[in-house]
Parts: sequence; structure tokens; C-alpha cells
Amino acid sequence: MTTLLDSVKFDADGYLEDANAWTPELGKAIAEREGITLTDRHWTIINYARNEWKTKGEAPTLRNITKNTDVDTRELYTLFPSGPGKMAAKIAGLHKPTGCI
Amino acid sequence: MSDKPVRKLSIIASKGSLDMAYPPLILANAARMSGVEVNLFFTFWGLDIITKKKMDHLHVAVVGNPSMHPSFHIPTLVGVIPGMSAAASAMMRKEIAKLDFPPVGEFVKLVMDSGANLYGCKMSMDMMKLTQKDLVDGAGVLGAMEFIELSDGGQTLFV
Repeated sequence: MTTLLDSVKFDADGYLEDANAWTPELGKAIAEREGITLTDRHWTIINYARNEWKTKGEAPTLRNITKNTDVDTRELYTLFPSGPGKMAAKIAGLHKPTGCI
Repeated sequence: MSDKPVRKLSIIASKGSLDMAYPPLILANAARMSGVEVNLFFTFWGLDIITKKKMDHLHVAVVGNPSMHPSFHIPTLVGVIPGMSAAASAMMRKEIAKLDFPPVGEFVKLVMDSGANLYGCKMSMDMMKLTQKDLVDGAGVLGAMEFIELSDGGQTLFV
């Protein structure tokens, strides 16, 4: 795991510098570093975030995620207790979301 | 990163106009998204934001509001014409929706679902003859002193 995380670059806040360098294995390793064990529900969000980034070039807002997946706000906070805004993007290998909602 | 102590933010919302209802909600939501613990205290006109009957009918004042953005600006003398505040409020609601911000009632629910704690100010509620039942479900009632205690060790914002 350590070697996988060492093979890529992160910015000062822990976000992956090159979103293209992300792989599901790397996502898993980042999650572990952040103390999160990924479940299918986490992957629903991560996959959605990756797809949004591919089409729109930025991490989706949480409102976008709860509107377009079957994960609601409460669940989102249960899945990422230390802050879904930061954490979902971080694990999905995206930059810090710029949206305010 | 994850070893940092949990940050804590207290927000006091004292204004109940449409334009002033959003800043505390947006900041509370942003803080929760970043994993910051949030307590909101609604006092005086701010109570309207969490009062069931009022939350979805907030208006923006067009008279005596010096900060009206040019695109919303209505001269004071025109502002006194009946219906101007409703028109300006409708316009602002539309602009807010364009940015994908929910209406106030839905936003309050979102902030609650995100894990923020909401409290009505006891004294203001007594003054306005409101009880906990008049507030949105899930909101508590606190005295100012208790809220100050709750805010211990965190940052406080007054809106």
C-alpha cells in the first residue's frame, strides 16, 4: 500500500495532483490512509464523481451527488464522517471541490 | 491530516430577510462539508429562517437596503409601490435557484441532515410567542448563555 501511495504526487492538502494517475486501487489506498474502509456505497459516490470529472472537468458538488445518485445527505455524512466535501474528492483522486454547496 | 482535532463553528443568525437567510446556511453547510462541527443559533428576525410558517416566505427588503446589487436595484421611491418587495424576492429566488442553492426550507433541512445543530433563541421565541412546535422539526431551543457555553473552544460568526 505504501509503495502505491508513494508512486504518485499529492498536494499539500493531500489531494492527488494528477487526476489521470488515479486507479481504483489508489482510491482504496487513499481511503485507508484517511481511515475509511470503502463499501459499495462509497464506490457509488466515487464512480459518480469520477464520471462527472471526466465530462465536466471538476469534482461534483455534494448537492449534485445527492440529486443524481441514490445517496442522500445523511448517508453521505455517514460514509464520510470527517467531511464528505473534502473526503469524496480526495479518495476519487480529484482536486478540492470549488463549489459552495 | 485526519489527526487534527475537530474544528467547531458557532453561527448566530439574527436577520430574517431572504438575502440574509442564505449566508448562515451556506457557511454552516460549507463547514459541515469540511468536517467542521456546527451549531446555529437563530435569534430575533433570524428565527423566521427556522419557523415553519415563515421559512419559505422570506422577502428581501427593497426600501432602506443600501446593499442591493445593481441587477436587483430598485430606487427607494419605486420600492414603496406595493408588490415591489415580492417582485424583487421572486427575482432573487430565481437567481439563487440558478446557482443550484435550494429554497430556504429545503436548505435548512439539508443543513440539519448534514449534522449541524439548530437552536431557536428562547428569549426571542418568548417575545414572538413561538414554541418549539413552531420551529422546523429537529430544532432545539436554547438560552443565550447555554449557546455561549456550547460555543466554547470554537469560532463564532454573527450574521
